[in-house]
Amino acid sequence: MTQLALVIDLNVCVGCHACVTSCKEWNTSGVAGYLSDDNPYDADPTGTFFNRVQTFEVGEFPDTETVHFPKSCLHCEDPPCVPVCPTGASYKRPEDGIVLVDYDKCIGCKYCSWACPYGARELDEHQKVMKKCTLCVDRIYDESIPAAERRPACVNACPTSARLFGDIHDPESEVSRAIREQGGYPLMPEWGTRPANHYLPRRRTNITVHEDELVRADNPLKKERDDEHEPVRGHTLDDVTTW
Amino acid sequence: MHPAFSVIFLTILIGAGQGLFLALYLSELLASSGGLNMPDGRLYVAGGVLSVALLAAGLAASFFHLGHPERAWRTATCWRTSWLSREVIALPAAMACTAAWTIAHAVGWDLSILGIDSMRPLDLSLVIGAAGIVVTFALFLCTGMIYACIKFVAEWATPLTVLNFTLLGSASGFTLATALSSWLEGEAMTTILGAWAMALTFTGALTRFASLLRNDRLKPRSSLQSAIGIRHSKIVQRAQGATAGSFNTREFFHHAAPRIYRSMRLVFMVLTFVAPLALLIPGVMLSSTALFAAACVLQLAGLVAERWYFFAQANHPQNLYYQYVS
Ligand code: SF4
Ligand code: SF4
Repeated sequence: MTQLALVIDLNVCVGCHACVTSCKEWNTSGVAGYLSDDNPYDADPTGTFFNRVQTFEVGEFPDTETVHFPKSCLHCEDPPCVPVCPTGASYKRPEDGIVLVDYDKCIGCKYCSWACPYGARELDEHQKVMKKCTLCVDRIYDESIPAAERRPACVNACPTSARLFGDIHDPESEVSRAIREQGGYPLMPEWGTRPANHYLPRRRTNITVHEDELVRADNPLKKERDDEHEPVRGHTLDDVTTW
Repeated sequence: MHPAFSVIFLTILIGAGQGLFLALYLSELLASSGGLNMPDGRLYVAGGVLSVALLAAGLAASFFHLGHPERAWRTATCWRTSWLSREVIALPAAMACTAAWTIAHAVGWDLSILGIDSMRPLDLSLVIGAAGIVVTFALFLCTGMIYACIKFVAEWATPLTVLNFTLLGSASGFTLATALSSWLEGEAMTTILGAWAMALTFTGALTRFASLLRNDRLKPRSSLQSAIGIRHSKIVQRAQGATAGSFNTREFFHHAAPRIYRSMRLVFMVLTFVAPLALLIPGVMLSSTALFAAACVLQLAGLVAERWYFFAQANHPQNLYYQYVS
């Protein structure tokens, strides 16, 4: 069985919102109709998005880190939003595990949004149906698109390759390997929803810099010399590797 | 959660309609078993019509909750998994049973029209009413379970939710039946219905208070840490991905001033339980229709506040992701 999913690398995401805009662009232009946008250039702008990038500050000033956190439907393997739907509009595709809403059946009762702990579903205020990420189901199977671009629009747009896309049930896929080797984790595991999307944690990147690497003792212009301190004597790393 | 008036009125109106039918059927049972004089039928016809009207008004209110009411028929399709779908089936079924019961009274039919001669008055309506009772309780169960089955909303995910919907709906229906009976019927019937109304209101006060106590002690299962998967004791949101509001900020927050939110609890406890009890007791002693009617109006008004608070108090885990607009 296939379970398509996104794996999002929080260590790499720079919070540029390219995934948000490309998602909106692709999905507002599709056959399923527009995604609402009200007052986009005015006070109180609001609209329907499948994907949002949120920003969190971790730690206490001045030792804080900014974490950008893209969030969309996680295509849970045990989606609590599906069985509650009274019309059958919400369903999970058996063939690839994508959770979808049939916009022609949805009555806009919002019940499914109550049953999603992640706030991944948004009611479209004009079409009055529930909307959510489709993993670009209208794109990833489209043979008129070059094979390399048959991925969700957000994955194509991400300038830092923070978003990976693939089948998490295939142990050799890029996403499975990333989850396995880089500590990929699901959100709110306490609810047993088994989200298909995973996140890769922030990683500590250490680089050891010695003092003598910062100053070139043989700089003829003496630009880097720190007059207040003892000049660095002897060979520097630069000196010894310059031959 | 955002308290939507469509759903508030849906649950209050059908609850009162169901409770009223329970009260009428109970009095019919008592009368047919000889415990009471048989009412002359006006109470049952008027009460039955009122009960069907309340159920219909609730159904009408529910349509205002839907984005696409014209597709509402589809909601009956997923009864295998969805309590909402089950409610959509149980509600018309309850209306049908109550209407059939009322018609049986209005026309005065008994089982002899089916060729059965039980030699008992009201036998046909007793049979239809028994089916009505089953459906009425099923409807209470469905309404309560719609909320109780959402495990993410800890304030709702308790059997107390079903119990409260049942007891509060029944209490308001019995208060209504008491007022009706005092207007159309004799004192004996009114006293019995009034006693039931008081007992249900009192029990409802206890179970609703129990749910308030329980909810005050809840510890949220999710945290910002589990929501974004970062194990650090200090995390604050700086941007939620929208410059202003979104569906997520509109649907899952009550947006009332803290003062109003806090006072609503006292308001509904007084209006739903204390005031009706304080009016029902002298009402029964003086057999005063005006006091019963006042109790009924106050209790229904109190239920609006109660239902508002029921939604407003519910804290959805998705709110962890929507704490800060920038
Ligand atoms: S993230 Fe929410 S909407 Fe998406 S499948 Fe899981 S529960 Fe359903
Ligand atoms: S809003 Fe639409 S998809 Fe969601 S539960 Fe209601 S009918 Fe189903």
